[in-house]
This record gives sequence, C-alpha cells and structure tokens, in this order.
Amino acid sequence: MDEKNLNLTLKIWRQAGPTSVGSFQDFKVSVSEDSSILEMIDDLNNELEGDGKEPVTFESDCREGICGTCGLVINGQPHGPIPKIATCQLHMRNFKNGDTIWIEPFRAKAFPIIKDLMVDRSGFDRIMESGGYVSVNTGGVPDANEIPISKDVAAEAFDAAACIGCGACVAACKNASAMLFVSAKVSQFSLLPQGQPERYDRVQKMVMKMDEMGFGSCTNTYACEAECPKGISIKNIARMNRDYIKARATSENLEV
Amino acid sequence: MGWLGRTINSSIGKKFIMAFTGISLILFLLFHLAGNLTLYAGKDAFNAYVATLDTVKPIVRIVEVGLALVFLFHIFNGIKLWIENKKARPVNYAVNGSSKNSTFYSRTMIHSGSIILIFLILHLTTFWATFNFTGHPVDGSHEYFDIIIYFFQKWWYALIYFIAMILLGFHLNHGFQSAFQTFGWNHNKYFPMIQKIGSIYAIVVAVGFGSLPVYFYLSSVLGGN
Repeated sequence: MDEKNLNLTLKIWRQAGPTSVGSFQDFKVSVSEDSSILEMIDDLNNELEGDGKEPVTFESDCREGICGTCGLVINGQPHGPIPKIATCQLHMRNFKNGDTIWIEPFRAKAFPIIKDLMVDRSGFDRIMESGGYVSVNTGGVPDANEIPISKDVAAEAFDAAACIGCGACVAACKNASAMLFVSAKVSQFSLLPQGQPERYDRVQKMVMKMDEMGFGSCTNTYACEAECPKGISIKNIARMNRDYIKARATSENLEV
Repeated sequence: MGWLGRTINSSIGKKFIMAFTGISLILFLLFHLAGNLTLYAGKDAFNAYVATLDTVKPIVRIVEVGLALVFLFHIFNGIKLWIENKKARPVNYAVNGSSKNSTFYSRTMIHSGSIILIFLILHLTTFWATFNFTGHPVDGSHEYFDIIIYFFQKWWYALIYFIAMILLGFHLNHGFQSAFQTFGWNHNKYFPMIQKIGSIYAIVVAVGFGSLPVYFYLSSVLGGN
C-alpha cells in the first residue's frame, strides 16, 4: 500500500476536571492520510499511555456519524471544516502536511467540561424529558398507514428527526443557543398527527427548560445550520417560534 | 411573574420584541428617507416638506413618543440579550471559526447597533433639537435647509453621518430577514425573496441617507449652492 503520512502539530485542550484551569498542550504526530481524526487521537493516547502519561479524554461511540457522541471543535469549527459530517467522519486527508490543528471541546455554559475534550451535554436530556415525547396509550400494534400522512410532511418530519443531538449547533452559535436542537425535536412531533394533542404544551415546556439550562438566545446567524452534521434546517426554528408564540397567546394553561 | 412576563422574558419572547420593534423602525426609516430626499430637490422643496409636517405637529409629537418607546425597547432589549448571550459562553474558543459559518453582518449587530445609537444621540441633539426648539445654531432662525447646510459643511459631522449610515445598512441587511425568521415566516418560496428585498432595502437606506452628507459637504467645499 502506498501510504502517505502527514506530519502535524496538534494543539489539544487539556483540563484535569470541571473546576480545573485548562490550557492547550502541543503534540507532534505523524499520521496516515486514511486515518480519521479520532483514530489519530487513539494512536496518540496509545503512545501517551505507553509513556505512562495521562491520555486525552474525548467521547465517541458509533464512529459512523449517527450517534452524536463525538464532538470536537477543530480549528474553530464544530466537527471540523467539512460540512455535514460528524467528527468521527473527518479524515486526515482533509489536512495538509505541516498543518497545525487546534482541537477544543464544545464551549458553552450549559455544556460544562468534564475533562479535556469531554463535555456534559445532559442539558439536552433535561430538555427532552420536559416534553420531547408523545404520550401514547399502549395497546395493539397499529396497522401500517392507518393514519394518512402525506409524503412531503413525513419527509419534513423525518428531516427534523434526523437530529442526533450532538450539540454542534450550541457549539457553533456565538450565543451558545440550543434553538436548532430544540426546534428539530419540537418539529419532528408538531409536523405529524401523533404529535398534535401535546403540540402547544410541548413547545412551551421545552423552550422554558432550554432557557432554564443556560443556553443563549438565537440571533439568526444561522451558524448552527451551517455546522450541523445532519443539515437540520433553520426552518425548524421558524416553526418553533410560530408554535411558541401561538401557544403563549392561546394556551389556557397559566402554569407554564 | 405572570404568564405575560414569562413570555416576554423567554428567549423567543425577547427575539419577538427585537423583531417587532425592528420592523417598526424599518417602516419609520422608509418615511424618514422619503422626506429627507426632498433635500435634493432644493431649499424650497425641503422647507415646504418640513412646513407640511409642522401643520400636523400634534400627530408628529404622538408618533415621536411611540418611536422613542420603540427605540428604547429595541436598544435596551438588544443590549440585555447581548450581555446574556455573552454569559452563555463564558470561555471563548482559541480559534474563531465564525467567518466560515455565518455572515459578518449577523455577528456584528451589537457593534453596528452601538454606533447607530451614538449617531442617534448626535442626530437628536443637532438636527432634531434645532428643528424643534433652538433653531439655527448661529442666528436661531428656523430656516431648516440652512440648518442642514450648517451641519453638513463640517467635515467631521458629515463623516460621522456617512459612516453611521453605512453601518445602518449592515444592521438592516441582517435585521430585515432576521425579523421574518423570528416571526416564523420562513418559507421555501418567500424567504429567499425576503432576504433579497432586505438587502435591497438596506442598500437604498444606506445610500439614500449616506449620500446626503457627502453631497452637501462636497457642494460646500466646491462652492456650490
């Protein structure tokens, strides 16, 4: 195999714990073009462990871009410079020999750093718990196509549901706003008949929880859409704004 | 806090206030610009326009109070949002990649807005105050066209005006379409149109207002009028 190796300088954020003061640590690596960026850090960690040093903590799971676990900010961009991919799908062939690569964790008050490049994204779970579901009475398995849904609507709901909850939208937003994530989760239900009974209650509860978790406000820079590995559209944010204001104006519920 | 207070203080509620006040100001600017362009038609046309406004002074005063409230809400809410949004990211990235995912106009709303605020204060203490109360700075007369000439022949005044109007164009280029997105009016058919109309509107406003100080300063230097 004709394999070309790249010599790179990595500047990786190291932080011992949530309250520690972090800083960048430099590493010189030689890596195959065919390696993914996470495989490169795996190799680096093997070396560090071999030398009895602390490996770099980062998160990953499926490594095929569908689970939303990995998430690094590479040269200032969440999931790196290539659009519509997760960090695990970023290959070193996208860099040049001699490049310096800055690797940082997602930075947001609502995503506190646990260690090194690993952040606590459980704020998203709290938002989902507050309303990101459909309450269905259990019973027999429904027949296919029992509820008619047009193909266009089903496709739009599916596009919203494609959100993997990775948090890149929050990381990309200059305000660390979670609007793209929450709007995708609101839209995937509000577009479909099954989501209608709780539609207006849901959007109020989820927005309220989002604000409570310390995410910023949306100023429509659309950085979220540009960095989203799944290409979630900002039309979902418009839909959520619509639903939210309608819900606030018409809902009989004074508690939310 | 009641439901209304919670609505206004929610993240989306604050966006709505920005969008609603912003659209109101966009409409105001259009009327303001139409009036100002009579300056190009000469002294008589402009003075006649101001005289017409004077005949409906009580209505003008009511509109001014409304405008002041809209401006204050827009400015206060904008600054509040900026501070809150800064707090949502306490530690900044070492590498700023924002130029790769968003427009310059959208990221600099607080900066363009702040300079427009400084301009607004200057504008009110010069043109608005002299027109309505103190008269021409030299002789106290209410020759409106002469007041305009008096200020615009100062190079620094004309320059501040010109720069502020360019930044107003930047502010509007993002603000126009942003308001529609906030209202939830993002549609495949209409949103691209709205973005184009917003950019055209921003250029018309920036060129319309911004050309006035340039024109009057240059005419004074070149010995026109």
